[in-house]
Amino acid sequence: MAPEAVTVVLLYPELLGTYGDGGNAVVLAQRLRWRGRRAEIVEVTAGEPVPESGQLYLMGGGEDGPQALAARELTASRALHRAIDGGAALLAVCAGFQVVGHRFVGPDGEPHAGLGLLDCVTSRDTGARRVGEVVTVPDPSIDVPRLTGYENHQSVTALGRGVRPLGRVVVGAGNDTGDRSEGAIAGRVVGTYLHGPVLARNPALADHLLASVVGDLEPLDDAEAEVLRKERLTAASRERR
Amino acid sequence: MLAIDPRALERLAAGQVVALVTGTNGKTTTTRLLTAAMRTRAPVTTNAAGANLVSGLVSALARHPAGAAAVLEVDEGLLPQAVAAVHPAVVLLLNLSRDQLDRTGEVRMHAQRWRAALAGSPATHVVANVDDPLVTWAARPSARVTWVGTGQRWRLDAASCPQCGARILWDEPPEDGWACSVCDLRRPAADMWLDGDTLVLADGLRLDVRLSLPGWANRANAAMAVAGAREAGADAEAALRAMADVADVAGRYQVVALDGRVRARLLLAKNPAGWAEALDLLRPAPLPVVVGINARIQDGRDPSWLWDVPFERLRGRFVVATGERGRDLAVRLHYAEVEHRFVADELEAIRCAAASAPASAAGVDVDVAANYSSFQQIRKAVGSGGSREESDRGP
Repeated sequence: MAPEAVTVVLLYPELLGTYGDGGNAVVLAQRLRWRGRRAEIVEVTAGEPVPESGQLYLMGGGEDGPQALAARELTASRALHRAIDGGAALLAVCAGFQVVGHRFVGPDGEPHAGLGLLDCVTSRDTGARRVGEVVTVPDPSIDVPRLTGYENHQSVTALGRGVRPLGRVVVGAGNDTGDRSEGAIAGRVVGTYLHGPVLARNPALADHLLASVVGDLEPLDDAEAEVLRKERLTAASRERR
Repeated sequence: MLAIDPRALERLAAGQVVALVTGTNGKTTTTRLLTAAMRTRAPVTTNAAGANLVSGLVSALARHPAGAAAVLEVDEGLLPQAVAAVHPAVVLLLNLSRDQLDRTGEVRMHAQRWRAALAGSPATHVVANVDDPLVTWAARPSARVTWVGTGQRWRLDAASCPQCGARILWDEPPEDGWACSVCDLRRPAADMWLDGDTLVLADGLRLDVRLSLPGWANRANAAMAVAGAREAGADAEAALRAMADVADVAGRYQVVALDGRVRARLLLAKNPAGWAEALDLLRPAPLPVVVGINARIQDGRDPSWLWDVPFERLRGRFVVATGERGRDLAVRLHYAEVEHRFVADELEAIRCAAASAPASAAGVDVDVAANYSSFQQIRKAVGSGGSREESDRGP
C-alpha cells in the first residue's frame, strides 16, 4: 500500500511570505515526490482554520503589521501548538522565527506575546539593520554541512535554555545577542533568520526536516544546489569581512 | 550620489507645470506614455529613462524650455521630497509591491510616506490605481483624486490593511471590489477603468486602447497616463492616439538581431509582480527563453524573490539561465521541473537557446527576459555582438 501523502502546510503566505518563503514548501514537496512519495502543499491564508493533521509547517518573513496579525491568529486557534505536540515539524524563518518565540516586537515598537514554541525572546536594539550573506556551522545535534543564507532584520533574538542555536555564525550577524548564535532548534521545531530560501540553498537541512517526520530518505542528485552553495559560501566571506 | 543642492530642484521647478510618476512597476513606461500624451497639447520635457533620483530630476528641469511642461519619473522613496520641492500639478501613483528586498523592506512605509507628502500638497491632483489598496490608502486624504480601475492582479503585498492591520477581503472575480474586514478602507468607485482593451470613462465614453507596447500591464500604464494627461488639459482620445506610437522604452520590447539569424526580443522584469506580467508576454512554447538574473544593489541583493515567480509556467520549453545569479535561477528551475541549462556569457546564452529551436530559413526567435542590471548587460552585449533590428527610440 502506498504511504499516505505528506502534507506541507504553508502558513499565511500572504502575510509571512516576503522573502520567497513559499519556496521552502516547494523544496520539501518536490524532494518527497522525487523519492516516489506523495506530497501536497496546503496554503492557509489569514482567517482560515489551520489544519492540525499536517506533517510539516512553514512560516516565513513579513513586515511588522502582517507579522502581528499572523501571531494573533495562531495564538487564538492554538492549532499549530497541537500539531507540533502531535509530532509535526516546523520551520519558521525571519519574522516567523520571531513570532514562534516568547516575545517579538510589534508594529508599535512594543513587545508582543509570541507563540512560545521556541524558548527565545526577540527585541529591538539601536544597531543598524542586519543585512547580507550569512554562513553558519550547524549545531552538532544535526548532521548537515555549513548553512548558507541571506539575512535582513532589525530585531535581535536571545536564546533561552530550552533551545540550541541552529548554527554558530561564521559570516554575518545571526541572532546578534553576543553569543554568535543563529536561529534556534528544539526537536522538530527550527527557527532561523536565513532566506535564500534556506531549504533551496541547504538541501541537507530540508532532508533533516523531512527525515524527522517520515524517517530515513535516500539521497538525491543535488549537483546544481552544490554549485550554488560553493558560489554563495565564497561570496559570503568576500562580501562581509 | 552626486553632490546636487536639493534646493536646485525647487528653484528649477518654480512656476512650472510638473507631473510626477511613481510606483514599483511601470514608472519609465508610463512616463513615456504620459509625455507622448501631453505633447498633444504643449512641449514637454522629461527625464532620461531610469534617471529618477534628484540628479536626474535636476538635469531634466535644467533643460526645461520656457513654456514647456515637465513629466518626471520619480523613485518611490524620493516622492515625498520631490512633491515638497516641485509642487507638482499631477502625481501618478501606479502601484506598490515587494522590490529590492534587502533595501526597501517595508512596502507599507512607502505608502505611509506618500500619504503624508500628498496630504501636505493640497493643490496637487492625484491619479491613483484603485485596485491597489496601498496606493488607495496613500491617495485617500488628497482633495483631488482621479481613481483609475486598472484591473491589477498582484495582491500578495496587500493582504493586511495599511490603515489598521486587519485582513482585506477581495470580491470573487469578475467582481473587483475589496474592503478591509474591520475599518472603513475600501475600494473607491473608479472614475475610469479598463475593460479588456477598452478604457471606460465615467460619462460612459468607451475608448479603444491600442498600443504598440504589449500586455495588460502596459494598458494599465496607458490608463493611468490618460487620466494624468486629462488633468493637464489633453483630450483622452488624442492622448491614446499619441501613446500608440510608443514602441519600445529604453530597450524594453526591442528586438535585436544576432549572428544574422537570431531575433531576440528583450523583456525587462524587476520583481515578482513584474515577472508575473513578463511571463504572460512570452510567445508560446516551444519558443526558447533566456532568463537573466543579477543581484546588484539596483536589483536588490537578495534574489529569494525568484521563488515568488511562477517559473513552473515555463515547463515544456527550454530555458537558458544566465546572469550573476543564474545559479540561483538554475536551482529554482530545477525545482520547477523546467528543462534548463546555465550559460554565464549573455550572448552565448542567447545562442544556446536559439540552437535548441527547430532550424528554419526564416531564422530563430528567442525571448530574453532579465532583471534590471542583467537587462542592461544583455543590451550592451547584443549592442556589440548583435545589431539592432529596430532603432532604440528611448530618450
